[in-house]
Amino acid sequence: MSANLIQLLWDSTLQTLYMVAIATLLGTLIGGPLGIFLATSRRGELYSSPIANTVVGLVVNAARSIPFIILAVAIIPFTRWIVGTAIGTSAAIVPLTIAVAPFIARLIESSIREVDSGLIEAARSMGATPAQIVRKVLLPEAMPSIVLGLTLAIVSLIGFTAMVGTIGGKGLGDLGIRYGYQRFMPDVMLAVVIITIVMVQIVQTLGEWIAARFDKRAPRNRGR
Amino acid sequence: MAEAAISFQGVTRRYPQKKGSGDVIALQDIWLDVPQGAVTGIIGRSGAGKSTLLRMVNGLERPSSGKVIVNGHNVGEADPAALRAIRREVGMIFQHFNLLAMRSVYDNIALPLEIAGVDSARIKPRVNELIELVGLTQQAARYPAELSGGQKQRVGIARALATNPRVLLSDEATSALDPDTTRQVLALLKDINRELGLTILLITHEMAVVRDIGTHVAVIENGQIVESGETYDVFSRPQHATTRSFLTGVTGVAVPHFIADRMTAEPRSADDETVVQITFVGPHATDPMLARLTAELGVSVNIMAGAIEEIGDKPFGSLIVGLPASRTAEARAFLEQHGLFTEVLGHVS
Repeated sequence: MSANLIQLLWDSTLQTLYMVAIATLLGTLIGGPLGIFLATSRRGELYSSPIANTVVGLVVNAARSIPFIILAVAIIPFTRWIVGTAIGTSAAIVPLTIAVAPFIARLIESSIREVDSGLIEAARSMGATPAQIVRKVLLPEAMPSIVLGLTLAIVSLIGFTAMVGTIGGKGLGDLGIRYGYQRFMPDVMLAVVIITIVMVQIVQTLGEWIAARFDKRAPRNRGR
Repeated sequence: MAEAAISFQGVTRRYPQKKGSGDVIALQDIWLDVPQGAVTGIIGRSGAGKSTLLRMVNGLERPSSGKVIVNGHNVGEADPAALRAIRREVGMIFQHFNLLAMRSVYDNIALPLEIAGVDSARIKPRVNELIELVGLTQQAARYPAELSGGQKQRVGIARALATNPRVLLSDEATSALDPDTTRQVLALLKDINRELGLTILLITHEMAVVRDIGTHVAVIENGQIVESGETYDVFSRPQHATTRSFLTGVTGVAVPHFIADRMTAEPRSADDETVVQITFVGPHATDPMLARLTAELGVSVNIMAGAIEEIGDKPFGSLIVGLPASRTAEARAFLEQHGLFTEVLGHVS
């Protein structure tokens, strides 16, 4: 493989990482509050508002039911309006964010709903406001589960970035399609696949490690 | 009796059901005063409504009608901000502890102070003081998963006391603990009650808990209080069948099975034995009354079961005896005259 191609692989890897990182960040900023809302606005919960809950739930479901490649193409006008172009890594971040935000919302919702309702009752008995319950009880207690959920979302995003490659995004997916497939360069294809696998492994391992750091539920030998 | 710390005034709680079926009535017209500085036990079976009643005190449940007055505030009508202020004066401990798994012992105890907006400089000495009070100095940095059940409940108690409440609510706090640990936790609650003058309202399905620390007791069944008063009075003279069934096994005695199986409500012949439960209370609890019964009336007494124990530091004796049916009336009159309580349970031939 020529030095040129290696440079290309390196650049594509960085582009993928960039798209994944920014989309995760934006997706969490949008999906996080949505997830908290979904988890706490059911009837009888902290911010009980069943109608709003149902509406947001429907929107989230709708967004999640569109196959990513269709979504990416369908929102090209929107992407162009936001970024000024529909091509390149920055443009790819728009559909990636829109795809991952509802996914993150559902993951965070389910993590929060796993928190023992007894803890909410205990916090209420202390005179906590709903906002305090979210900040001091629900989010910290759900954190290991949220981290694992975000890990899952990041792994999915790595897959999505490969798809944006087909519609003018950049990154490893683009490289694999243009060189590996269209120019029939199996070594490039193989390199793309291996880098992707390694990337997913690292993300998964790191996610599990961070989640375990947060998790105080398993008794450990803490010396003495 | 001192002024009531908590007063339930005609409290009813209905849960509306789906169309067609009537409301479920969890509590019906509850009138109960919980005296200041006392340890009051509410005892009832699961589903009797005791949990709903307890949660009315800190507004986790609201009455459908009636009033709940806590430290002079009407809890049912408090707006959210007022309710939060009331809750800081009412600590609560739970059967399953409800500790935050991701917070250390120290941070769990600090939580109510953080919630109350106490500044961090003042949180530290208070938390350390509480950790010492419940004897967990060694465990301050540990997490709940690393603690035993008894230690977890100690954390729960320290946490409940953090904001200096005047009332402590206990929701089956010892039901998940083994008997030894239960005794230790109850002893701690008793100490706190004495030293801090804290009013404790606890719910339980175990009469032994009430016997060990309750100065007052209320028995609840099907959403109604069937009997209430000072523990000693209720235990020594239970009026209601539910109370009696709770007391069986707690105040020592039950009719042995081989007798119970043969017992009939009415005597079948004059030679029958009458089974009588004799309760010795107060100053008479230790008098040798049966010996006197035999010596002075010549009535032979057949002891079937018995026990003497302490309730609220006062001796309490209970005996089940067989008396000749022909002499029962006379013997009972003699015993009642000397301040004992008797009750005919049945007859055996």
